[in-house]
Amino acid sequence: MSARWEVVIGLEIHTQLATRSKIFSGASTAYGAEPNTQACLVDLGYPGVLPVVNKSVVRMAASFGLAVNATVARRSVFARKNYFYPDLPKGYQISQYELPIVERGELFIDREDGSQKRIGITRAHLEEDAGKSIHEGLDGFTGIDLNRAGTPLLEIVSEPDLRSAREAVAYMRKIHTIVRYLGISDGNMQEGSFRCDANVSVRPKGDERLGTRTELKNLNSFRFVEKAINFEIERQIDLLEDGGEVVQETRLYDADKDETRSMRSKEEANDYRYFPDPDLLPVEIDDSFINAVQASLPELPDAKTRRFVDEFGLRAEDAGILTVSRQLADYFEAACAATAAPAQLVANWILGDLSAALNKEALDVDHSRVTAPMLASLVERIHDNTISGKIAKAVFDGLWAGEGSVDEIIESRGLKQITDASAIESIVAEVIANNPSQAEEYRAGKTKLLGYFVGQVMQATGGKANPGQVNAILKQKLDS
Amino acid sequence: MSTDSLHTQTLAELKAGLENRDFSAVELAEALLARIDAHDATLNALLTVTAEQALDAARQADDRIANGEARALEGLPIVHKDIFCTRGVRTTCGSRMLDGFVSPYDATVVSRLADAGTIMLGKANMDEFAMGSSNETSYYGPVHNPWNPACSPGGSSGGSAAAVAGRLAPAATGTDTGGSIRQPAALTNTVGLKPTYGRVSRYGMIAFASSLDQAGVITRSVEDAALLLGGMAGFDERDSTSIDHPVPDYFSALEEDLSGLRVGVVRQHFDAGLEEHTGAAVREALDLLKTKGAELVDVDLPNIDLSVPTYYVVAPAECSSNLSRFDGVRFGHRADDAEDLLDLYCKSRGEGFGAEVKRRILTGTYVLSAGYYDAYYLKAQQVRALIAEDFREAFANVDVIAGPTTPTPAFELGAKTDDPITMYLNDIYTIGANLAGLPALSVPCGFVGGLPVGLHLVGGHFAEQTLLNVAYSYQRDTDWHHRCPEAYA
Repeated sequence: MSARWEVVIGLEIHTQLATRSKIFSGASTAYGAEPNTQACLVDLGYPGVLPVVNKSVVRMAASFGLAVNATVARRSVFARKNYFYPDLPKGYQISQYELPIVERGELFIDREDGSQKRIGITRAHLEEDAGKSIHEGLDGFTGIDLNRAGTPLLEIVSEPDLRSAREAVAYMRKIHTIVRYLGISDGNMQEGSFRCDANVSVRPKGDERLGTRTELKNLNSFRFVEKAINFEIERQIDLLEDGGEVVQETRLYDADKDETRSMRSKEEANDYRYFPDPDLLPVEIDDSFINAVQASLPELPDAKTRRFVDEFGLRAEDAGILTVSRQLADYFEAACAATAAPAQLVANWILGDLSAALNKEALDVDHSRVTAPMLASLVERIHDNTISGKIAKAVFDGLWAGEGSVDEIIESRGLKQITDASAIESIVAEVIANNPSQAEEYRAGKTKLLGYFVGQVMQATGGKANPGQVNAILKQKLDS
Repeated sequence: MSTDSLHTQTLAELKAGLENRDFSAVELAEALLARIDAHDATLNALLTVTAEQALDAARQADDRIANGEARALEGLPIVHKDIFCTRGVRTTCGSRMLDGFVSPYDATVVSRLADAGTIMLGKANMDEFAMGSSNETSYYGPVHNPWNPACSPGGSSGGSAAAVAGRLAPAATGTDTGGSIRQPAALTNTVGLKPTYGRVSRYGMIAFASSLDQAGVITRSVEDAALLLGGMAGFDERDSTSIDHPVPDYFSALEEDLSGLRVGVVRQHFDAGLEEHTGAAVREALDLLKTKGAELVDVDLPNIDLSVPTYYVVAPAECSSNLSRFDGVRFGHRADDAEDLLDLYCKSRGEGFGAEVKRRILTGTYVLSAGYYDAYYLKAQQVRALIAEDFREAFANVDVIAGPTTPTPAFELGAKTDDPITMYLNDIYTIGANLAGLPALSVPCGFVGGLPVGLHLVGGHFAEQTLLNVAYSYQRDTDWHHRCPEAYA
């Protein structure tokens, strides 16, 4: 990317709120049902039906507002956004327009150099999702599935504070983490529970005026957000450098071709004729409601990261990764509570072998085959020298395979560490005797060969000899 | 006893007769179904007659009465305006758009009245989507006024009013967005009550202008209005704008004594627009209230003259959005030769909606459009707030505001169809109550050239009982409401 240009990005994130029923009806929000089996008359927009606000969405939106240090409006208003589309049953979407429930928030993302950057959150508002049009396999007809119609969404709009695709992804990940911490969204991107549109423009560095922006739609993974924005930045810069102009338009990201293409221009844009929905009263909330929501907020990721560094002495980077999900952080804390071993050792195991095993089977930590108490007892056995760290990997595999408890596996596989000094001494003596030339070289000053001897001893003991003792005894024998 | 005269009785009389076993619910239903057969070809008041269903319900009502399990309105026949969704029964809203539409559910008003024991005889004709003041915008043709078949019965609840005036049913439900219950009541010599906004659930009532629509009743006596309102009023969790406020026993609480009642009279309501003889009838009615102990007080509603233009911004704005769901995709009329999506929308809506509905959708779309919203919609909402404030101040000094319901008696069918503005001015006295969400009632107060006119009473929020009492007291001393069009005696 040319150093002459500055990129300006703002994101609109649609996060589906984790309610059991829809925002304005009692129909279920469960994903994956047969088309049109989870759409009641209200969702279908039948004549005469009326919306009733699901109260839990108000609490969820307020908790998000408080979590990002925003103003939670004491009075917010649902408005109708009018346009015709087959998957929009009423011919209008109920959303919030002039008076959203959340305004003026902020969060901080980590820069590559470890410093933090503040990203403003303009607003977050409640709205209903539309249904889905289905074109495949219908012989030229379009099918409509209204199961998703009326699903509650919180649309979170950032300030144009983001300066690169990387920052945009960091911001999106942070929002993703926060909504899952709050338990207000499952954040499932495959199922469309968390998706984003990006407004992208570029301007010559130093310019105050914003360049013409395009809006990128259909960004349903972190990877696509990054790729789509980077493609779009390059496209815009190429255009401008060739003396062209960026056209204000909506562009669709095509993941297969890794490109964005024009969907509709500003001229074709709808006049949505927003006006307050007369079927719904303004949402009015008072201080006691806000206080109750505030009191129910969980510890949020930034605070948890700081605490993991302060309280557990973790490396900041590790603390950051462990707190990406509340479940992982809880796992870490539960494991730490069950062992006297250093927390960093626990963290290393979680971020290393456990994460690898979970990834391999695409499991989340709540469904881990190795539970926090199991991991704790494994780390405990390393800490008390029953097994070495290397042997522990084999025990971990045994745990994952369901072979029993840590101690049972150590016992049944015969993995207990050899800490009997005399036993180690005799093996050491044997190894030195079998490697006379190396012993001579060592004694002549090539002390690096100690590692070779350690390896030989460990091999001879099947890795079970206590490495510290092996080192000490080897040195003693070789130096004597 | 003979069932020949059952159609002339009021709800209250019929209720007593059923309780006394003077006649059965089946006999009553049969008698009225026969009336409908005999007379509705002329009136065109009903769009659907649910004879079989009515007789089934009547048989059940008779069983309940026999078992001593009669409910408050057991066995009493009514008709529902065809704006109310009725499960398993065609619900057209007077529009080609819903010509074949059978609702899968009951409106709250319908289910509450059914649960109270009423029996639905059929669905009443109406202006298309309740947009009209003469019943001439109905896809199914105009309703004729029983007092003169060349005249309109008013609208939009014209079918309900004509059915009650023509003695096809003792009572009917209606809806009132700008006068749609009260104006036809005045023009047919019936009682029309529009309750406080939020008093009756709007769930299942096909929306015209959501912030103005309110369901109410058309009956021949004030007692019947009290009886029927009691069966349908009350909070409904399915309507966020319905209000959780206790429902009194309106009927038992009826009270004749008017002493100390302060009746406000609005000067503007007696201006040049009011036809002379209609004005005289209304003044006479006011005098009677005075002789019964009420005090007449001049009140000023400084912004009331703006109510018609305000209404014709707010109501079309809301209707333009409310009617978007009629797109030919899921229900209702769908053009069969559409080439693509846009064509499907344009043709289905172009064919399904009539001229007046289209006029209002266009007006509403215009006033909500970018660049016009502030000048029209927002301004209208500000004026609306002023009008509501005027009423609030007035009700600090008076108990009710009284005046004419309409500027003239019934007009001839076709007389105003080419001039929407003149048609709109028919609601000049009634629209204010809708804009302010206030309860209002029209009670028969005389005849001009053989055609009935009405006295209009407006009350403060939830003052239905006061309105009913004033009208009840008035009816105790007058016999206008006993008069019946000759051909329908």
